[in-house]
Amino acid sequence: MLVADELSIPIVSEADIVEARQRGRQLAVESGFGVSDQALIATAISELARNILQYAKRGEVVISAERRGNRAGVGVVASDRGPGIADLTRALEDGFSTGNGLGLGLPGTRRIMDEFELESEVGGGTRVTVKKWVV
Amino acid sequence: MPVPILKQGNYLIAPIQASLTDEQMLLFRSKLAEEVGRTRVSGVVIDVSGLDVIDSFTARTLQDVTRMVKLRGAEAVVVGIQPALAFAMIQLGLGLEGVATALDLEEGLELIKWLGLNRHARGR
Repeated sequence: MLVADELSIPIVSEADIVEARQRGRQLAVESGFGVSDQALIATAISELARNILQYAKRGEVVISAERRGNRAGVGVVASDRGPGIADLTRALEDGFSTGNGLGLGLPGTRRIMDEFELESEVGGGTRVTVKKWVV
Repeated sequence: MPVPILKQGNYLIAPIQASLTDEQMLLFRSKLAEEVGRTRVSGVVIDVSGLDVIDSFTARTLQDVTRMVKLRGAEAVVVGIQPALAFAMIQLGLGLEGVATALDLEEGLELIKWLGLNRHARGR
C-alpha cells in the first residue's frame, strides 16, 4: 500500500516550490518524522525544486512514502530535462555555483538527507534522488 | 501574501506570516528598503517565525535585506527563527553571517536600540 503512496508535483513556477515542500512536509508528518526532520525534508525539497526552476526551467518532484523493513521514510526524486551538470564533483562542493545561488543547494541537501544520488547527463537532464528514514 | 510593514515609534516591524515565493520575498526586500527611507526610522525588526522553510535563497535574501537596511542608515534584526529551522539551516551550511538575530520581537527591539546607540557612539 505504501509503495503506491506517491505524489508528483510539476515544477514550472516559484509557487510550485512552495507547494512541493509543503506536500513533502505533510508526508513527513504522516510518516512519523519529528519536527526537526520535517524541516530538513521540506528544506531539501525546496533546494531541489529551486534548482530545477533555475537551471532547467521545468521538471518535476516526486515524493513518496518509503518502507525498508520496519522503518518508514520519505523519498524525493527531482528530475528535469535541462542542460545537465558538466562537473558533478564540483556541483557537490560547498560554495560552487554556476548560477547566482550560494552554492549550497546540492551539497547541503546531501548533508541533510540520509541517502543521496545524483545522475546527470549534459544536454539530457538531471535526476536527484534523496531519502530520509525515521530514526 | 504580501508582508505587512508596521511602524511602531522609531522602528518598523515586518512579520513574515506565511511561506513566501521567491518573487514575494524579493518584493518584500525592496519594499522594506523603500519604507526605511520613507518613514525615517532607525531600525527594522524582521519576524520570520511564520516561515515554513529557510532555505539558501531565503537566507541570502534575509542577508541582503539587512544589508540594504544598514546602507539606508538604519539597523536590522531578524527574530523568530524556529528551533527546527535553525537546525536545518546549520545542517545546510547557512549561518546568516553578518545578520543580527534575536529570539523574539521583544528581544529584537532591545537589540535594535542597543545597536542604534552603538552606531551613534561610533559616529562621534
